[in-house]
Amino acid sequence: MVSASQAKDMEQKEITREILLSIDDLHVWFELKKFGFSHAGYVKAVDGVTFDVHNGETIAVVGESGCGKSSLMKTILALYKPTEGKIVFDGKNLAELDNRGLHWYHSNVGYVQQDPYGALPPFMAIQRILKEPLIVGGVKDKEERIRRIHKSMEEVRLTPVKDFLQKYPHMLSGGQQQRVVIARAMIMNPKFLVADEPVSMLDASVRVEILKLLRGLQELHNLSVIYITHDLSTVSYFSERIFVMYAGNLVEKAKVRQVIDNPLHPYTVALLTGTSEPDARNAETYKEIPPGEPPSLVNPPTGCRFHPRCPKMIPGLCDIKFPPDFEPEPGHFVACWLYQ
Amino acid sequence: MGQNQLLRIEDLVMYFNTTHGPVQAVDGVNFILDSNRAVVILGESGCGKSSLAKAILRLLPRNAGEYSGRVYLNGADIMLLSDEEFRQNIRWASISLVPQAAMNALNPVIKVGDQVAEPAIVHLGIDKKDALGLVRKMFQHVGVPEDFIERYPFELSGGMRQRVAIAMSLVTSPALIILDEPTSALDVLTQANIFNVLKRLKKELGASFILITHDIATSSELADDVAIMYAGQIVEMSDAYRFFDKPLHPYSQKLMASVPRLHAVKEPDFITGRPPSLINLPKGCRFADRCPARFEKCVEDPPVIEEEGRKVKCWLYS
Repeated sequence: MVSASQAKDMEQKEITREILLSIDDLHVWFELKKFGFSHAGYVKAVDGVTFDVHNGETIAVVGESGCGKSSLMKTILALYKPTEGKIVFDGKNLAELDNRGLHWYHSNVGYVQQDPYGALPPFMAIQRILKEPLIVGGVKDKEERIRRIHKSMEEVRLTPVKDFLQKYPHMLSGGQQQRVVIARAMIMNPKFLVADEPVSMLDASVRVEILKLLRGLQELHNLSVIYITHDLSTVSYFSERIFVMYAGNLVEKAKVRQVIDNPLHPYTVALLTGTSEPDARNAETYKEIPPGEPPSLVNPPTGCRFHPRCPKMIPGLCDIKFPPDFEPEPGHFVACWLYQ
Repeated sequence: MGQNQLLRIEDLVMYFNTTHGPVQAVDGVNFILDSNRAVVILGESGCGKSSLAKAILRLLPRNAGEYSGRVYLNGADIMLLSDEEFRQNIRWASISLVPQAAMNALNPVIKVGDQVAEPAIVHLGIDKKDALGLVRKMFQHVGVPEDFIERYPFELSGGMRQRVAIAMSLVTSPALIILDEPTSALDVLTQANIFNVLKRLKKELGASFILITHDIATSSELADDVAIMYAGQIVEMSDAYRFFDKPLHPYSQKLMASVPRLHAVKEPDFITGRPPSLINLPKGCRFADRCPARFEKCVEDPPVIEEEGRKVKCWLYS
């Protein structure tokens, strides 16, 4: 919990913090082809997303599988090219960067993958895995490389370092593998970290350990972090703001406590209802969950994309007109006609 | 209890042979399940919970070593049956399984209706037309549109395929359904929907469940009883109300403290260290190394202590 003075500090911090990453009206569409050449429509994975990330800020993007959150992340990592809109990092537009510029960008952005075992090459020892980004990043001095490998392994608490350097990924537990992935992401001293469901493949008791480690690193290096997840219960320990994503759009953007204590969008309400807390009384009641499934991103519904499942749908409005962002309370944005 | 006792397991043991020695995956498990109730087996990965399901269903891997104990289903010891009798009368006819990642276990080239009908044709001895009628009924129960019986697995979403797998476990009206991590690969809303389905099956069809999972928060959606498994043994067994209110075993308490909550004041905590290897198990209490309440007695194997109907394997309560 945050005390009043801390809250004031945070506010102060917010005013003085600079924008590190700015995303403006981002669209990422993938073309579908029939018989390999004729056009058959687009998968609109990200469809008009706008937000800023400040220095040292952690943001959680919450959504179900297929809502476009991974496409959003991969576009931020410059692995996909945006169809429309722009991404500005530290004052530089990603679309205008040449190869050297992209090199600079990638050394400033760390990436923590979802499945640690899949993300680590099985035939490389830990030392080799951590050395690779240093070589690519142009650290030529051998001593310096070894020093940095040791430092980042100590930071993720893979200690004693000597015991781990020569080990291969399959010799480590899931939690330790994820620590190696984090060490690799941190080794170039990035300003910005993208964590794609970093704990969803881990055991419940290890999850908290890894999240706390990530938070420690974030505070130590004043990192900006985008934390992508489908699990709302872990979000409140790790981020300042939550963006809720549904079918390629951000439907609600606000501070963590605002979203959890006072969710506005009916989809956010459903997500919170669906999240269980350990309580024996759960077994006696049914949960009120909207029927149906997220829509296809090839032909998303007209108007608000949640309207076919929404319990509060306003006929003649929600099914026709796409809702813009409304701001019913300061800093709490919601794309829903209920709040116009 | 007594009359409606459905399943009683006594000293169930299943080891795997490896070149390093036997892996003691299931090591003397005891529990009782009454009919129309659900017991949750909770534990971290590698604690032997999936092996327990396999041991109950006698789905032994090729390297299975020692396999012993008593499993009573409706009073009859099914461990005495021959493999053929077990296959004909128990597996799927009386006890069915929704395996881990069941939604990916469907055959991609067979229509889902035909797949779900198969256990009914084999075990109930009915023809395909009647079996498909039964499948339609089961699809209704689990919330799959009836015309989906003509579809192939790739045409269904993950949540729908999971429902199909549950329908397949229901089609022979078994006395007991074992669910191995039924929702761990699914999204929050799909997960909540599947639990709604399971609750309804329990209420309307009187189904009984063994739910195997590592997720304490979602397990409370179905649990009547909770069994905590650690390193091949059950260390605590309790009714859900008292368990979620106040777990007894230090391991259960630690597990409970590691659950992140939406509206909690307290930060979640994690358990330091790792579970012991199931090949080289420590002599005394298996949790002693990681236990905050450890004392001299813990070097000896703790007894199972019964306290007001709850069982706990810990020296603290002796």
